[in-house]
Amino acid sequence: MTAIAPDSALPVSARPPRRDIGIRKRYAAEARFKAYGVAAIVFGLTFLAIMLGSIVSKGYTAFWQTNITLPVTFDAAALDPQNKRDSDPSVLVKANYDKLAQQALAAKLGVAADDKAKQREMKGILSDSSRIQLRDMLVADPALMGKSVDVSMLASANIDSAFKGQIDLSVPEARRKVKDQQIAWMNQLAGEGVLTQKFNTGLFTFGASSRAETSGIGVAVVGSLYMMGIVLALALFVGVAASIYLEEFAAKNRLTDLIEVNINNLAAVPSIVYGLLGLAVFINFLGLPRSAALVGGVTLSLMTLPTIIIATRAALAAVPPSIRAGALALGASRMQVVFHHVLPLAMPGILTGTIIGLARALGETAPLLLIGMVAFVADYPSTPLDPSTALPVQIYMWSNEAERAFVERMSGAIIILLAFLMVMNITAIVLRRKFERRW
Amino acid sequence: MSGLMTLLLILAIGLAALAIGRSRAKSLDAAGVKPHSRPQYHGAWAMLLATGPALLLLIAWSIGSANYVDRAISSGVHAASAETAATATSLVKRLASSIKLLDPADQANLPATIEALTPLLSAKGVALAADTADYMIPVAVAANRTAATLGWTGGLIAVGLSVAGALIGLSQIATRSRARDKVETAMLWALFGASTIAILTTVGIVLSMLFQTLAFFRDVSPLSFFFGTVWDPRFSAAGGDGAQGQFGLIPLLAGTLYIALVALLVAVPVGLMSAVYMSEYASRPVRTVVKPALELLAGIPTIVYGIFALITLGPWLRDLSAALWGGDPFIQAQSIFTAGLVMGVMLIPVVSSLSDDIISAVPQAMRDGSLGLGATRSETVKRVILPAALPGIVGAVLLTASRAIGETMIVVLAAGVAANLTANPFEAMTTITVKIVNQLTGDLEFNSPQTLVAFALGLTLFFVTLAMNVVALAIVRRYREQYE
Repeated sequence: MTAIAPDSALPVSARPPRRDIGIRKRYAAEARFKAYGVAAIVFGLTFLAIMLGSIVSKGYTAFWQTNITLPVTFDAAALDPQNKRDSDPSVLVKANYDKLAQQALAAKLGVAADDKAKQREMKGILSDSSRIQLRDMLVADPALMGKSVDVSMLASANIDSAFKGQIDLSVPEARRKVKDQQIAWMNQLAGEGVLTQKFNTGLFTFGASSRAETSGIGVAVVGSLYMMGIVLALALFVGVAASIYLEEFAAKNRLTDLIEVNINNLAAVPSIVYGLLGLAVFINFLGLPRSAALVGGVTLSLMTLPTIIIATRAALAAVPPSIRAGALALGASRMQVVFHHVLPLAMPGILTGTIIGLARALGETAPLLLIGMVAFVADYPSTPLDPSTALPVQIYMWSNEAERAFVERMSGAIIILLAFLMVMNITAIVLRRKFERRW
Repeated sequence: MSGLMTLLLILAIGLAALAIGRSRAKSLDAAGVKPHSRPQYHGAWAMLLATGPALLLLIAWSIGSANYVDRAISSGVHAASAETAATATSLVKRLASSIKLLDPADQANLPATIEALTPLLSAKGVALAADTADYMIPVAVAANRTAATLGWTGGLIAVGLSVAGALIGLSQIATRSRARDKVETAMLWALFGASTIAILTTVGIVLSMLFQTLAFFRDVSPLSFFFGTVWDPRFSAAGGDGAQGQFGLIPLLAGTLYIALVALLVAVPVGLMSAVYMSEYASRPVRTVVKPALELLAGIPTIVYGIFALITLGPWLRDLSAALWGGDPFIQAQSIFTAGLVMGVMLIPVVSSLSDDIISAVPQAMRDGSLGLGATRSETVKRVILPAALPGIVGAVLLTASRAIGETMIVVLAAGVAANLTANPFEAMTTITVKIVNQLTGDLEFNSPQTLVAFALGLTLFFVTLAMNVVALAIVRRYREQYE
């Protein structure tokens, strides 16, 4: 072998002139395409953030309520001038409690009883509900008569909004709902520690009301709970039974095909159509009462049923055939195979699907509007046949009110609704994670 | 005996039959012969015999007796025309149910006039309708009595049937009795019954809306409904000629389709691009965070979107357009654009999750082949994956469109109620679903065309979405089979 001289005269190929194969353009297109994808995701997430942010910023103040604590004297001379309360208990119910609250406030603010103009302006500070509150106190405990008690009363919605800084004070006084004198009093009371913000328990206990400070979601939540109970009982039971039949027993024939096509289509039927069904069948044909939680629950069950059936069938199909074969080989009947072996193994999947279906039913509004649940319901429904309303419907009704205090409560109610849904969805995810099995 | 009492009694008998049957069958075990079925099946069979027929009878009986009482009432009322007879019947029914609320002592010596009765009832918190007449009191009392008698006898028969069933079931317990087979057959029928509910629901939807729609078409001709261009449901003159053209579907349909189009223009590019990015570009940690976050959009109730459009986005867009162009805002607070934009965002997760499934169904080999030939990722997506996935994506878009057409709460709150025909996306238009809600909230009577039109609209909506779904599902299914 001879060594090759490193610098021999082998021809060195010259670098060819670079051909433009458009690589730069193609990479630019690639980068653009990727940017579109990022932009799409950023768009969606930004919208989500803005939406949640705007609702939370409008609604978090709903969880506080301005209260005014005043020493109220249950003056027998004012409440029962003819001293008949022992013989006629209705005197205590009919007495003028408004005056009582006003006197307490006037005493605190140092407004003279004959100053008519100031007395009138003072009326807008306390909520009208203080009358009922004082009445209920005295009726419950007649021994209070003649005594002086510190009572914490709700401030009116306007004062509440003003105290939270939601009313634009630069607007001329004549076009504002809160007058300068009221603001001055408000600040004076706040300085004395009489007017304070407390946690708004009323938001969770009150029902519909024309006064923002005494309206809450309590009644609507009870209605929603009734409906969820009915949906859970009906849709879970019927849905699981139907899925078991279709997945484990049904012969491959026309009827089965028809049922399957039906279920797939029902899952895509607009929810408002279920409302029309509920109205025509349950209310018009069967004569059930309008606004009843029972009708709402059954309607929502029909709407949720396809979701639950589809989830349950997927869960049943995921159980491997070897489980069924093993049980059959040991002498179990087909019914025993399903109920003793397949169903327990499919349970986590079924529960996940059910919770997701329930969450959808909880947030559903449109069908409930049609069956008359847009009702002004102030009392708790004691049975599912009583008039009731639902949380999203209550939100819808508040959305028609322009007052700032109602917007605040509506946003607060949305926060609560979203919190409910979040808890349900997280439960579903945790369930799935915890019990998911890979075969 | 009240219905609830009977029900509880029958259930109690059934539970007793279950317990007795089980213990009897258990004692069979001791005899040394292996029984065919385990004890709980014998008990369950006895319970089924005790409760099943009795409950069926109870249901049939209560429907029958309600009918009978209704007939008795309507033969008792004397009214001039059929229409007033119907009102009088319902008045008597109301009276009968309010009389039942009275104390037994008051019920025994009931006053003969409505005037005397009203204070008694108002003490119980019941108000009577103004037209209730004196002669209705005896009719109502008689109806109450008949209903009570019928309830008693029906309850007794049902309980008797229940006891008989329990006894027959218990007497059948024997070593070779095939109780399990019988119970399982009954269960199978129950399961089958549950699965037919899907069909019953569809039939119920179609029939209920069809009847009301036909009633509507007796007042308004189908031609003027489907092709009318004016929506003004107020009946101006009774039976007037002008009344015919006022239920025009066209403005509503146009609004529905316009808003759905705007929504799709937002949802399809954004949803598709985010699905492509998620499946082709995103790293695993990004995907685990961003995907659930985008799916959050799907979990938010539509009323929340509607309220966001109504109180935040709509006013903001209006003020923005006023500030940018000075003077008058050209975007109205409630507009096609606002409603479509918000609905589009709501539909992003629908499009992206459907297209995600479809894109991941494209075989990896096609992707590898394209990349191996030197294509960039975006070229692979554009020239190979998307064309291969096109039929599936078309199906997904159709499904999304049907969601957009049937969506209610967003448009109720954000689209406006005026039935305009306009091409300007910044003006308000209304949709089919909005009008269904408008026509059916508040007090309603079931025989006016103003109410019935909602069912005609609903039926139209149902068939439009049904057609889209059927086509979309067929396309998606065909597409899936292609690569399996």
